[in-house]
Amino acid sequence: MTALTNQVIEDTLRNQFHDKIISVEAPYDFLTITVSKDVIKEVIRFLYDEPTMDFKFLTTCCGLHFPDADQKFAMMYQLHSFVNNFRVRLKAFTNDENPVYPSLTDIFKAANWMERETYDFFGFRFTGHPDLRRILNMDSLEGWPLRKEFPLEDPFRKDKDDAMFGR
Amino acid sequence: MVEVTKAPEGFEGPGFFATSLDKMVGMARKNSLWPLPFATSCCGIEFMATMGAHYDFARFGSERLSFSPRQADLLMVMGTIAKKMGPVLRQVYEQMAEPRWVLSVGACASSGGIFDTYSVLQGIDRIIPVDVYVPGCPPRPEQILDGVLRIQDLVQNESLRRRDSQEYKELLASYGIE
Amino acid sequence: MENDKIKIPSPTHYAEPEKTYTTINLGPTHPATHGIFQNVLKMDGEIIVESEPTIGYIHRAFEKLAEHRPYAQVTPITDRLNYCSSPINNMGWHMTVEKLIGTKLPKRVEYLRVIIMELARISDHIVCNAVIGVDSGALTGFVYLFQEREKIYEIYEEICGARLTTNIGRIGGLERDFNQIAWMKIEKFLKEFPLVLKEFENLLSRNRIFMDRTIGAGPIELQNALNYGFTGPNLRAAGLDYDIRVMNPYSSYEDFDFKIPIGTQGDTYDRFMVRQEEMWESMSIIRQAIDKLAKLEDQTSFHADVPEFYLPPKDAVYNTMEGLIWHFKIVMGETEIPKGEVYHCVEGGNGELGFYLVSDGGRTPYRLHFRRPCFIFYQAYPEMIKGNMLSDAILTMSSMNVIAGELDA
Repeated sequence: MTALTNQVIEDTLRNQFHDKIISVEAPYDFLTITVSKDVIKEVIRFLYDEPTMDFKFLTTCCGLHFPDADQKFAMMYQLHSFVNNFRVRLKAFTNDENPVYPSLTDIFKAANWMERETYDFFGFRFTGHPDLRRILNMDSLEGWPLRKEFPLEDPFRKDKDDAMFGR
Repeated sequence: MVEVTKAPEGFEGPGFFATSLDKMVGMARKNSLWPLPFATSCCGIEFMATMGAHYDFARFGSERLSFSPRQADLLMVMGTIAKKMGPVLRQVYEQMAEPRWVLSVGACASSGGIFDTYSVLQGIDRIIPVDVYVPGCPPRPEQILDGVLRIQDLVQNESLRRRDSQEYKELLASYGIE
Repeated sequence: MENDKIKIPSPTHYAEPEKTYTTINLGPTHPATHGIFQNVLKMDGEIIVESEPTIGYIHRAFEKLAEHRPYAQVTPITDRLNYCSSPINNMGWHMTVEKLIGTKLPKRVEYLRVIIMELARISDHIVCNAVIGVDSGALTGFVYLFQEREKIYEIYEEICGARLTTNIGRIGGLERDFNQIAWMKIEKFLKEFPLVLKEFENLLSRNRIFMDRTIGAGPIELQNALNYGFTGPNLRAAGLDYDIRVMNPYSSYEDFDFKIPIGTQGDTYDRFMVRQEEMWESMSIIRQAIDKLAKLEDQTSFHADVPEFYLPPKDAVYNTMEGLIWHFKIVMGETEIPKGEVYHCVEGGNGELGFYLVSDGGRTPYRLHFRRPCFIFYQAYPEMIKGNMLSDAILTMSSMNVIAGELDA
């Protein structure tokens, strides 16, 4: 078995998914693959099933928001292959105001709460998720807190004088 | 050396001791507070240290933690109270029987601390009245003990009629607590 | 005729009454849940049929807050993630930023960091194991171990001045060297702690009552644990020797020789024993680090040479122009930082604590995502306690060491 390298993964994925693989880079020695949103789940499934890859562990996933970019939202997944001790980061961008991603819960049980958290923070919807509700915030919260336009501070505070804090 | 608490001021003679009821009750209450630790985060770990052998909370007659609010005298709120937690805290306070005292331990409970965010309650005094605030993030066990001693001072000197007074009722009404 | 209507119930009728379930609300302020987790349990008598956890009772918006703070000011937030072992979180964050700016630290700093991180690991495991003792009815062990935990706090105090939320170190190194008292206290701790830990082990690990309570309570099978994203002691108790200190060594962990204890069943007893063994290994790592430090040529450096990020000494700030400028720039968060995204993970007290940082070159992180081990493995809790007794569920939770601050971020 050949050792897993960035090149091997890139070639295999390009063979499998052709132009759906948008870009491949390795910032700080971390293979980062941007794929088209409609195949993100297939790519993850492929990496999971392929015996030479064996990415059986979902390290984390989270949403990203770039309000000024062409592609406003992104979902970031990090997979880990324990057998090869190799990590890969996958990103899928979208420009939809209310993005919908496929849920990974049928591959990784760990994805359940991670996706709920992403829904809670960014308002991404996940098709196929068994129980998509807010997880950390109160149900009554309006808006999606980690989107850039959401204010950080408690809007009900009256004791703060902006002149004093210089904000 | 074991030091027994001092008797309050009064008149003493062979076979009798007379003092006012207020002072007697105050002394008894002061030295047998049952705290309810409402520990949510970091300060709770410091409270565990306070409970441990090194700082020994038991020296102040408060080693009997009452996890039931019905039997507690002192509500010790330790740690961040998020807005989601607010109603729970309020319900715990409402379940406590009078007389009840509240000790707010740490910056988060007192004012929201460094977490001036959309999800954190900016000080528990927005929902329940607080008697003593302990600053620090987290406060040292000595500070927590000091806070309890301040509560003990309040308890000792509190008039028996305070809880019936109009002022106290107005205070509770301002929080919307019956 | 009348007699036909009288039906004598057969004995089996009593043995199999109609199934009725009780719903119990456990938490969020239940004393045995150490923090604030709510579980709505569906009970069949004493047996848990289903449970529905609710979290978020101490959600403090760390990730949002981090987007509004300069890099150096994010450290105090990381303190409050897993507050039982804050130095590991601090170091993890510093290493993430160091990775982003491409700083290489002197060996001595890395070894000093290893000492602090292993002390933190011990103090984290002390809380967990002492509390497993408390929940199974053995308060004595708690009192013994917490006495020792105070000594770790005293060491922290010598190093950084704080006890619990340490804010230890800086981006680029430590804020000051260990002083003589700190070394003395570490020596003293290494001498005294094994005795106490041994005593604690004698008290619990082969104790019939403790074993009966914990063996088989809240088990999880390895494949399932992996699928749920378990890391750290909980995964190792299920039988996989995954430890980031070995898989992706950071801070010169590759120089050290230590064992990774693993369990087989993934139950409460295994998790307890794995943590117990890890404390012994941590002590051995600290000893090795002290030996290695003594052999180093460099005996003075405690930070890397990164004037853009490491605050200059006060003497330089007050007396030199350059020092003052750097000080101002760092405090105001005006230093240049490269653009890019970086992920760094450390072996925290509970598993893989990861920092995913996206920088746009501004004064604050553009996006910072914490991979919080507690948050990820706590979702397996309903499955782990299914079919167990209620009292086992409490033990399972304490043995998983779910820390509210890390869970809810």
